[in-house]
Amino acid sequence: MQPFGTLKGFGVTFKHIFKKPITQQYPEYKRPVYPRFRGRHRLHRHANGLEKCVGCSLCAAACPADCIRVVAAENTAEHRVSAGERYARIYEINLSRCIFCGYCELACPFDAITLEAEFEISEYSRDDLIYTKDMLLAEPVKRMPVADRELYDSPIPVWKAES
Amino acid sequence: MNWLVVASGANGEPWWIALIKAAIVVNLVLFGFAYLTLIERKVMGRMQLRYGPNRAGPWGLMQPIADLVKLIRKESFFPAAAVDVLYIFSPFIAAFTALTTFSVIPWGPGWEIAGYQVNGYVADVPISLLLIFALGSLGVYGFIVGGWASDSKYSLLGSMRTCAQLVSYEVSLALSVLGVVLMAGSLSLVDVVAAQEQEVWYVIPQFVGFLVFILAGTAETARAPFDLPEAEQELVAGYHTEYGGMRFGLYSMSEYINLITLSGLAVTLFLGGWHGPWLPGPIWFLLKVFVLLFLFIWMRTTLPRLRYDQLMRFGWKVLLPVATVNAVITALLVVWI
Repeated sequence: MQPFGTLKGFGVTFKHIFKKPITQQYPEYKRPVYPRFRGRHRLHRHANGLEKCVGCSLCAAACPADCIRVVAAENTAEHRVSAGERYARIYEINLSRCIFCGYCELACPFDAITLEAEFEISEYSRDDLIYTKDMLLAEPVKRMPVADRELYDSPIPVWKAES
Repeated sequence: MNWLVVASGANGEPWWIALIKAAIVVNLVLFGFAYLTLIERKVMGRMQLRYGPNRAGPWGLMQPIADLVKLIRKESFFPAAAVDVLYIFSPFIAAFTALTTFSVIPWGPGWEIAGYQVNGYVADVPISLLLIFALGSLGVYGFIVGGWASDSKYSLLGSMRTCAQLVSYEVSLALSVLGVVLMAGSLSLVDVVAAQEQEVWYVIPQFVGFLVFILAGTAETARAPFDLPEAEQELVAGYHTEYGGMRFGLYSMSEYINLITLSGLAVTLFLGGWHGPWLPGPIWFLLKVFVLLFLFIWMRTTLPRLRYDQLMRFGWKVLLPVATVNAVITALLVVWI
């Protein structure tokens, strides 16, 4: 019935006024990102404090956006930075070019670079988006909530799991 | 100033009081417009399970002011091919006619303040209903000329649609009001309100007229589901596509103020104007207007937009005959009873 159908629609919209909105208020509530989320990069160290990166430039070669710059230097006995023969004297990622594809992470033979959860990386200046080695090695200032890995890394895909 | 006093039907009220009231009413209407945008966004948001604007100030209450500051500070560019004078002045025409219309709508019984007579309306013109329709039709010029002068196909198409729609629905709107005019025996809105005080609210005897008025009025103010003049999916934004900054602000202001005026007119003609128990007149008027505005917002969230041929068919083949029959039957009943 046409007129009553329309009135029913009015009833539906009116009822929804009293329901709780499903909006997630973003800056106050940050939804946990997926465990494999590809956010800002980090460089890692070994447990003994030496850098994992050996300055092989495979990440720079793999990068489709050409945003990684690596300049390597030899490790010496008195100045040992990494575990290998050489280390990255300069390691820069231009995050305004980066497309967050994760190929650098795949290319790295020593798991020195990984993509982490941080995604709030906007700056007022493009220059500030060029991350140097110190910034990439440092502990991240912002901590992004990451969802429980068990929820996703299971033999049953999450869309098939009963929840 | 004697002619002015006579022309505005001031009933022993000094002319400068009318000026003060005009200033107050204009500012109140502008304030109402500003917060109507907020209320609309809030209500629509809640109906769509969202919060609506809630960042500027507590509960988003400063949002209209933020919008205003943003619109004013924007660069007022315009297309190189635009016809300058018309392009600049048509928003003013639209805003002016929208603001003027409210002056003849009564919102109170009239008071005696400090020995001066203060009437509950800005002006009581003997033909106020005609004046409202005349000003509404003049306001259409602002839309059409602005769309034409900005030299863009979307603007032109939007203004043509506006023109066609307003012309089609204005007939039904005027005819739907005719029943009320016949029953009250006057075109003056003050008299119409007084007549409803003595008899009943005209929604009851003129329910068909009320329905036709609301529907035609929705089309008249180009609100959803009759918002074809600014159908975003087809026409970017309609006649004000090329407008930005405060010029766009004036257009959107005139649209919202037209909506407020239309609700005020519906309240005055059908819902007993400012009459009501316990509360003072202006408060009742505001309450009733608010209920009608809520109805318009509610309609906007609920109903999808009509197709253009459906719009025309509905206007000419449904609304117009119903309004005509309603007017004729009312005329016959008024004569014989």
